[in-house]
Amino acid sequence: MMLLTRRMTMAAAAMAMTMASLPALAQSVLKVRPFGDLRTLDPMTTSDYMVRNHGYMVYDMLFAQDSSGAIKPQMVASYSTAPDGLTWTFVLRDGLTFHDNQPVTAADVVASLKRWGEKDGLGQQLMAHTASLTATDPKTVTLVLKDRWGLVLDALGKPSSMLPVIMPARIAATPSNQNITDAVGSGPFMLVKEEWSPGAKIVYAKAPMYQPRPETADGLAGGKQAKVDRVEWLIMPDAQTALNALQAGEIDIFEELPPDMIGIARKNPKIAIAKLSALQGVFRMNQSQPPFNNQKLRQAILRLVDQEQTLRAYVDDKALFTNCPSFYMCDSPYFTKSGWPSPDAAAAKKLVSESGYKGEKIVLLDATETALSPHTLVVAQMMRDIGLNVDYQAMDWGTLSSRRTSKNPVEQGGWSAFLSGPAAPDMSEPLGHLALRSNCDKAWFGWPCDDEIEKLRASFTTAPDIEGRKTIARQVQERALETVPYVSVGQFWLVRGHQANLAGLLTPGVPVYWNVAKSR
Amino acid sequence: MIPYILRRLASTIPVLAFVALFVFLLLRLTPGDPAVLIAGDQATTAQIETIREQLGLNRPLVEQLVSWVGQLARGDLGRSVFSDMEVTRLIGLRVEPTAMLALVALVMALAIALPLGTIAAVKAGSAVDRAVMAFAMLGFSSPVFVVAFLLVYVFALTLGWFPTQGYVPLSQGLLPCLNSLVLPGLALAMLYASLLARITRASLLEVLSEDYVRTAHAKGVRPQRVVLRHALKNAAIPIVTVVGVGIAALLGGVVVTETVFNIPGLGRLTTDAILRRDYPVVQGLILVFSVIYVVVNLLVDLSYVLFDPRIRY
Repeated sequence: MMLLTRRMTMAAAAMAMTMASLPALAQSVLKVRPFGDLRTLDPMTTSDYMVRNHGYMVYDMLFAQDSSGAIKPQMVASYSTAPDGLTWTFVLRDGLTFHDNQPVTAADVVASLKRWGEKDGLGQQLMAHTASLTATDPKTVTLVLKDRWGLVLDALGKPSSMLPVIMPARIAATPSNQNITDAVGSGPFMLVKEEWSPGAKIVYAKAPMYQPRPETADGLAGGKQAKVDRVEWLIMPDAQTALNALQAGEIDIFEELPPDMIGIARKNPKIAIAKLSALQGVFRMNQSQPPFNNQKLRQAILRLVDQEQTLRAYVDDKALFTNCPSFYMCDSPYFTKSGWPSPDAAAAKKLVSESGYKGEKIVLLDATETALSPHTLVVAQMMRDIGLNVDYQAMDWGTLSSRRTSKNPVEQGGWSAFLSGPAAPDMSEPLGHLALRSNCDKAWFGWPCDDEIEKLRASFTTAPDIEGRKTIARQVQERALETVPYVSVGQFWLVRGHQANLAGLLTPGVPVYWNVAKSR
Repeated sequence: MIPYILRRLASTIPVLAFVALFVFLLLRLTPGDPAVLIAGDQATTAQIETIREQLGLNRPLVEQLVSWVGQLARGDLGRSVFSDMEVTRLIGLRVEPTAMLALVALVMALAIALPLGTIAAVKAGSAVDRAVMAFAMLGFSSPVFVVAFLLVYVFALTLGWFPTQGYVPLSQGLLPCLNSLVLPGLALAMLYASLLARITRASLLEVLSEDYVRTAHAKGVRPQRVVLRHALKNAAIPIVTVVGVGIAALLGGVVVTETVFNIPGLGRLTTDAILRRDYPVVQGLILVFSVIYVVVNLLVDLSYVLFDPRIRY
């Protein structure tokens, strides 16, 4: 009897332990391995893409970009422009509610946009052209410009960092040089802060108060319907571990599946492969130091790089890369081939000779854990083949990103070139273009300097229409082919692996998780 | 014994001070800048400089060191430059997975090593002995990550018995927690078990040739009893010493194991912090690891009393 009682007790205890471990059955959970970790909750203070992606989960914006690149209303029900083009009126949709159940008001919008306008480049330009930004009534925002400025909607629907998200005015009152710590937004998901463990897990729950637009989701625009109860971002630094987890069904989505793992994933019938976002490979040269302070030598590199070769080193699958002879992404409305030379090693060698290059050391930095490392190796060999003295230095991204801030000569810890892969939204038009900026010390690392490009970029904002802007974009490209602020090594796709039972995954260039449904 | 413990603890202070200074300087001399990583890919030089100023990274090295030592004296390990969370809290969040993993690995290592080492000693020179020593050699020379991936391939991906990765907290039940630690525990235990099996065999072989063992056999005591009750206890001191020394190897192995099995413990925190140049977190972790190592060795020394009553402190 005593033995029976003890056994029963043990069985009951085991059952209790097992029951305790079972998740709530009613909950549908989307488990995602994102490409990085979430550092801060403030999408207005950093260009970090993980923080931007967090912003899309928790917040909503007045406008959003659809899959064709057009800017569509999101939180806005209607908007109008006065005939002089200076006064803009935005009326908010009904039912917009923050996660603390407070209504979204025009005052929240004004406070949020003013904070964003202190930090973001495009936001700063908008604010510089703004005479006033006011809440006319609880649902109406009025923007009065000082002069005509053609990028109002582009700015308010900016798809990438830093996002013009709308937060409660009490949170937007946080100075823009401090990160917010309260992640109350009005987006389709709410952050479950008590489950956030930096470096391990970030959890979002479906926001019950969110009212999606009636339209179908399209790019970053349209109805943002949360079709799962929870989204869990599980931080996994090791790609092999993430692939194992995907194959075993422990995660649903593996963002940025490395190219060498695509073949393995494709052999598994339970896993599907999809494009995630397009990047442009940027070969960036340091123009503040020899030898790339020599324009002729930069032109030689432009002539040398054969995109097909570098792209094949990344992934040998034509569906996943594009030979894109342009400074703009191939699917951008501003894409142009104008003036782009075809690769020609002999012509490049001739330009090297004309440049007066005397065998100075070219320190090429390579962060070996990044997607751009195979490109770097190929370009290094191309450069050696035409007689350039390449000092290839392998390192981790942490070291590279610090080293590239140095303007010292290479003998004193400086650098000559590195490769990076900015995402499509940052490489699609002259104004926001990361690598075309040629405003000397204010430009991206490498610090190209050219007044003419800067004048053209400034005129882009005042062009009357899209055709006018396209013309300016072409002129910027033609000028940049002379000054060569950087060389594109081609356009390629990051890939996501996901369980085949997922439906509705969007590919707007930014990983977003609304519209995703999970079948059994 | 208490004066001995106090003396030992006091002797750790200069050791920890040296470790703290060494780690501080080593990190500052390593290439890389947390401000650059925090600022993101699109940051301008001016934005990076602002972050550097906010984090105090532009202050002279001596000033940074004095400030950090002052914090340490108040028991404050500082804040993570990456997440702005207190280092003590960050470490606190990660202690459970590592402690559980280390415990499971230790239990597994002892469960594997003691029987194997004992059998090898008793059957010294036989095929069984050679097989055990071959296993020990293989286990000792196989990198943790190789063992880990092999275990995942066989027991998780092929057989589906265990998860490939992840950690289930104790709060969600003991069985699921242990289930999530079987493969990482085994991967980590292999090296440790190999070392312990060899030491157990060597130590036991020496004891088995003692006069009192021969006397026990002559008195007709059963062989198992002679080995388990008499010989093994007297062979324990070298084994326990290696258990203590092996903690260092275990901590090193934790860093790799937690990365391969995606366990959010102190090992993962260490690698993440190093890659991000999160100086306060790395400094705090190295100090914590040093303290663990010192305390474990002190406990090992104190445990000698249990095995040899002649030892007095």
